Amino acid sequence: MQDYQSQKPIVLDILDAHRTMPGNLLPILHGIQDTLGYIPSAAVEDIARSLNLSKAEVHGVISFYHYFRTTPPGKHTIRICRAESCQAMNGKALESHAKQTLGIDFHETSSDEHFSLEPVYCLGNCACSPSITIDDEVHGRVTPEKFDQLLAACKGAK
Amino acid sequence: MSRVFISRDSTALSLGAEKVAATLQQLSDTKGLKIEIVRNGSRGLFWLEPLIEVETDQGRVAYGPVQAEDVASLLETGLLEGKQHPLYLGNIEELPYFKNQNRLTFARVGLTDPVNIDDYIAHDGYRGLKNALALQPADIVKHVTDSGLRGRGGAAFPTGIKWNTVLNAPAEQKYIVCNADEGDSGTFSDRMIMEGDPFVLIEGMTIAGLAVGATQGYIYLRVEYPHAKVALNQAIAAAYKNGYLGENIQGSGKTFHLEVRSGAGAYICGEETSLLESLEGKRGLVRFKPPLPAIVGLFGKPTVVNNVISLASIPVILDKGGEYYKNYGMGRSRGTLPLQLAGNIKHPGLFEAAFGMTLREILYAYGGGSASGRPIRAVQVGGPLGAYLHEGQFDTPLDYEAFAAISAVLGHGGIVVHDDSVNMADMARYAMEFCVEESCGKCTPCRIGSTRGVEVIDRIVDGTQKDKNTVLLRDLCDTMMYGSLCAMGGMTPYPVLSSLNHFPEDFGLPAAKA
Repeated sequence: MQDYQSQKPIVLDILDAHRTMPGNLLPILHGIQDTLGYIPSAAVEDIARSLNLSKAEVHGVISFYHYFRTTPPGKHTIRICRAESCQAMNGKALESHAKQTLGIDFHETSSDEHFSLEPVYCLGNCACSPSITIDDEVHGRVTPEKFDQLLAACKGAK
Repeated sequence: MSRVFISRDSTALSLGAEKVAATLQQLSDTKGLKIEIVRNGSRGLFWLEPLIEVETDQGRVAYGPVQAEDVASLLETGLLEGKQHPLYLGNIEELPYFKNQNRLTFARVGLTDPVNIDDYIAHDGYRGLKNALALQPADIVKHVTDSGLRGRGGAAFPTGIKWNTVLNAPAEQKYIVCNADEGDSGTFSDRMIMEGDPFVLIEGMTIAGLAVGATQGYIYLRVEYPHAKVALNQAIAAAYKNGYLGENIQGSGKTFHLEVRSGAGAYICGEETSLLESLEGKRGLVRFKPPLPAIVGLFGKPTVVNNVISLASIPVILDKGGEYYKNYGMGRSRGTLPLQLAGNIKHPGLFEAAFGMTLREILYAYGGGSASGRPIRAVQVGGPLGAYLHEGQFDTPLDYEAFAAISAVLGHGGIVVHDDSVNMADMARYAMEFCVEESCGKCTPCRIGSTRGVEVIDRIVDGTQKDKNTVLLRDLCDTMMYGSLCAMGGMTPYPVLSSLNHFPEDFGLPAAKA
């Protein structure tokens, strides 16, 4: 776990950049997660003070949204769509395959810290189900074999 | 210089479009061929993506689906001259899937460079805004009312009435909010508009601002659509630079500012009041209505909240008039609906048609039947809260009232197809589970009802007091439907009850009478 003291200046900069924006809490949280990969629990106090909110309010917002995370992700984040269209095209088999191959369940990170696995409900790629994303890249018509190839490509690129 | 079109749409990218474009550029450079690759939106015939279109003397010629390894042979046989090849498709607009559509909202998607404002204007863009700038606000609203346009959310509320309420609400500040939180599985028309023709949405929102007197707009965009965010921001920057956004739009003295805000993966934020809470930087908890957002909306001010497709339909209405738009459709469902064919279907894609086609036509004449080749058994229309339809209902016309009459919804026009390998008790359980996952938690029927719903379905499938639990499930659905604060809990019973009613054998219950 990284020391928050080294992250604090980044958080304060992001807070400062959004000071006058109406409804700024979500943009601030996105800014922090985009930069650090997650929202450190220790940042909650700084965010709360800056926005004149209670820590509970800030924590309540972070925990409400599926996208925000409070622990560092693996090097790559894989999101597998669990929605109906992907289910209609063997998405469940792909889910099991991914969990087994990575040796982790949803919301977990592999022991080598290479991959985090998250469920997602629709990537808007329903015409080519089943779909996954690896970081920001969408992949369609993903079979277990194609999943293994994509994983190997990620590892090759480390 | 040959102009070549390769899509930047997420779906095309998910099938390898980026690599195709890179390979084509590289091989052309090696051969000394001069080409300009335009990264357009998608025509929406997704089984043909990645698609390459080339401008030739005979018009645009298409090839698809193209993989990077096909590019060398395509160039070899005369891709740039539109010559024959096993992947040759000819003019894509002549294929029946495309030709038989009524493309009003999607007229430019796949045709133009999405972020090039000159290209947008050259293809009739900003004509609606030009007309709107010459009209009084009430007259703009009248055109929208006359068009018969209804919101593409579950409620199908008339857009003109909503705008009129905001117009007549006195306030020093009003807002236009675009609900781009298209979280319904099986839907991708918003994403395609935002990636393929973002200016049409920007123009629609600007007109909305003029119509009701709002000077600030927000696009609340799903975080799952990173490519749409890039395209929107590029287009917004171009609109500002060319005087189509900001102060004194086209010298009219009118002002409209626009900004994209990212959601954070909460399905409930597609509900308009929850979306407003989220935009204000809070948890996306549903608000009680009244007051309506049209009166007390974002930051407590009168606010128009419309979906992407509703707002993207505005420019054509202001360009050609409300009557023109109204002439498409049937009954009280006027204009066109972009249908999205997904799931287990041979020819998935986007199909914009006037209301009134039947589901069967779409599924078989255009969709080509299931992808697996097995019989189509169940079709969910209108997202994860929409009902499952069975074969006997496939002749229902696509019309809001006709769907309501069979306890179904059209919603966003998403059509998800399942073949006969589907287990409908699993799908009913999934619908309840989805509600557990995505409920905002504010009201009890939705929050607790969905958790109990999963348990009751499990007991029915297990065979534990089957009859008693089936009665209990119906009772629970009734409570959720009539007792929930919003459509999340109120509509979850649609997929559950339709599964139970049409496919009882999957629950281990006696089969339904035909």
